[in-house]
Amino acid sequence: MSYSLGQKQLDGIEDILKKELIDVGVQCVFLIDMAGNIIADLHEGEVVHDIYSLAALAAGNFGAVSAMAKIIGEDEFSLLFHKGKKENIHFSKVSQEFLLITIFGNLISLGFLRLKVTEVIDKIKHIL
Amino acid sequence: MAFINQKKKEVQVKIVYYGPGRGGKTTNLEYIHRKFSERIKAEMVTIKTQGDRTLFFDFLPFNIGKIKGYDIKIQLYTVPGQVKYNATRALVLRGVDGIVFVADAMVVRKDKNISALDNLQENLNMFNTDIYKIPLVMQYNKMDLAKQGIPLLSYNTLEESLNCKFKAPAFKASALKGINVVQTMKKIIHMTLISLQKEFK
Repeated sequence: MSYSLGQKQLDGIEDILKKELIDVGVQCVFLIDMAGNIIADLHEGEVVHDIYSLAALAAGNFGAVSAMAKIIGEDEFSLLFHKGKKENIHFSKVSQEFLLITIFGNLISLGFLRLKVTEVIDKIKHIL
Repeated sequence: MAFINQKKKEVQVKIVYYGPGRGGKTTNLEYIHRKFSERIKAEMVTIKTQGDRTLFFDFLPFNIGKIKGYDIKIQLYTVPGQVKYNATRALVLRGVDGIVFVADAMVVRKDKNISALDNLQENLNMFNTDIYKIPLVMQYNKMDLAKQGIPLLSYNTLEESLNCKFKAPAFKASALKGINVVQTMKKIIHMTLISLQKEFK
């Protein structure tokens, strides 16, 4: 079952992502669906990552981790986060079909990011 | 589950190459990547085992240009063919819009093809997708091996054992030599886009 989002909805989503995440120092944020399609992507400055490959891998990774959770009797793992030397990546489920991915440097704390991501998800849910 | 972005005027479509292990799914994508290297700027993503077998999936994004003002972005995926990787194979099928079933034409692989096709149907059912309704193209791969004296299943036998229920378009192919690889891809893209057009009418 395919779906479509219009200019108004996408403008609304991008506006939230920019104000709540990019403007506080997140380097890159993208909203994807579980099939690996990119719904919206925003970047601080130029696009430096291959976001289509990242989206495909992120959807696969999230699916694999969810399947692992079920095997050990959990509904899902609430924190999905990978820490690098300079860049970190955080995954958050928006709904059954959508996932929010943020890439951020070490100047932002994980706690602050999680707080902001939770706020963003609440707002985005009203649009999707 | 294709996504239409009306702001960017962009359509993202997911096509999955499915079939038994060592059948040539990854080789199809590798050929496409080489053949269209000027148009495909991205690297092909592969998650494979140390033994060079697909562990999770291969991924190749392919921008085919504009149709009716919309940029068409095709996302080509393969699944791991080995039986033991069914959990990851099923994950890759999530949101699929079109399928190429890559069968291995070697006589010794006849049963593996049938099992893989049954497995495809089961996994699609998990996502409430009907194999009879989704765009499907059959590719009978490794036809080049006839020259080396390796016993191959005839086109008619392959049609009878795999395609008699579906009547899907079918191609005799060699992924290694590039024979009918592009034709297979063009056919599934065409069928998938027609199906999307019908859905949105």
